[in-house]
Amino acid sequence: MAWIDVCSVDDIDLEDVMRFDHSGQTYAIYRAPDGGFFATDGLCSHEKVHLAGGLVMDHTIECPKHNGRFNYRTGEALRAPVCINLRCHSVRVTAGKVQLSIGQ
Amino acid sequence: MPNDQRPLVQMRDYALTGPNARRAVALGLASAEWYHSEVPRKVMKDLMARSDGPAIRDTAIWLGLLVLSAAGGIAFWGNWACVPFFFVYGVLYGSTCDSRWHECSHGTAFKTGWMNDWVYQIASFMVMRNPVSWRWSHARHHTDTIIVGRDAEIGFMHPKSLVRFALHFVGVVDAWQSLQVIARNAMGNMNADERDYIPESEIHKAITAAQIHMAIYLVTVAFAVGMHSFLPLMLIGLPRLYGCWHMYLTGLIQHGGLAEDVIDHRLNSRTCYMNPISRWIYWNMNYHVEHHMFPMVPYHALPRLHALIKDDLPEPCPSIYAAIAEMVPAVIRQRREKGYFLRKDLPPSARPYREELHREVPERSTIGS
Repeated sequence: MAWIDVCSVDDIDLEDVMRFDHSGQTYAIYRAPDGGFFATDGLCSHEKVHLAGGLVMDHTIECPKHNGRFNYRTGEALRAPVCINLRCHSVRVTAGKVQLSIGQ
Repeated sequence: MPNDQRPLVQMRDYALTGPNARRAVALGLASAEWYHSEVPRKVMKDLMARSDGPAIRDTAIWLGLLVLSAAGGIAFWGNWACVPFFFVYGVLYGSTCDSRWHECSHGTAFKTGWMNDWVYQIASFMVMRNPVSWRWSHARHHTDTIIVGRDAEIGFMHPKSLVRFALHFVGVVDAWQSLQVIARNAMGNMNADERDYIPESEIHKAITAAQIHMAIYLVTVAFAVGMHSFLPLMLIGLPRLYGCWHMYLTGLIQHGGLAEDVIDHRLNSRTCYMNPISRWIYWNMNYHVEHHMFPMVPYHALPRLHALIKDDLPEPCPSIYAAIAEMVPAVIRQRREKGYFLRKDLPPSARPYREELHREVPERSTIGS
């Protein structure tokens, strides 16, 4: 398992999401309304749409294509048409940098 | 092309389980990454933001007018004076239901989830659509818009019968087919296409929903028989026929005459300016290219989205009439000319169509042929 830099803390607004690609994988990095950071797989489990284009509402991410929703803190699928949970990844903040754990 | 003697093109296979479904996957047309205009992230977030206000206002007006027009129709039943009331009631029931069904299926009408869900259920009943099946088919329509073998909601299957095209406006064919589907679903029968886009875990919900719809229709018929009157059916069921004309007037121009098997909504969808009453009935779905590019933008924000990206889109049709006038000749030509579609020019400010994305489609060697 390794930690890699994603971006600076200020690069993501509160209640927003950013796409991050690394080693052929795509991730979605979230900043919650309280400032906490979270990460999931970047593609919706329904039709492989990039979640980074979606809307963050509290602790929910909505797929920009079909209205499927997930809790991005747990990966839980909340609303059809998504039925399969997202995989979550560990995130930490070190020296103003958001870091993602890969290779889990 | 008047007096065109060329034979009709061979009927394409639009089944979701046939060879064109496999072809679409092989060509990369299924679940593809589509072209979209550039909108800054902050602006898009603002456009996608949900609110309850506009839809509560519009729903209160809608339900209020439904009650008033129904009351007028009942009060004057048996007299010619009931006709204008049922004209209004019919459009509110048989046409307005479509846009409310549609927007609530996207979950964008209201911010509050249960409001979306309730209006979705009511509108699904009015428009005679299984609320479970159609939620999934519409998701597929947005994933694979007008991709043959993938999209379950293609309105123009070539060659289009002109008789059936005309009959859409009185709902005879469509409503009858919809009723048959609901009846079939209510008996627990889901066909292969439905099973292609509905997960197994949702099938029982689709059957239950169909049974509820059928029960309401049966009770309505029982009332009509018991009362020796068509009045109950004029209020429930028949408005889907006598009031659906506006739904088709606006709905058919969404994609009619445009391209199949492309992954750029500027080639297969149509934006059209229209009068404010039609826009209210239709909940701004006249901005159809914009809606398909960014389906999570609520209906009330579509005019703003249109203003932002219109320089990257074909010139909108200036009216419903203009849209029909450009669509009908194209549909007629599509009946006899394989692969033809109306290719709309882009303004100089737009990013060009990416021809290479569509070259592999067997029906044509280059787009716009």
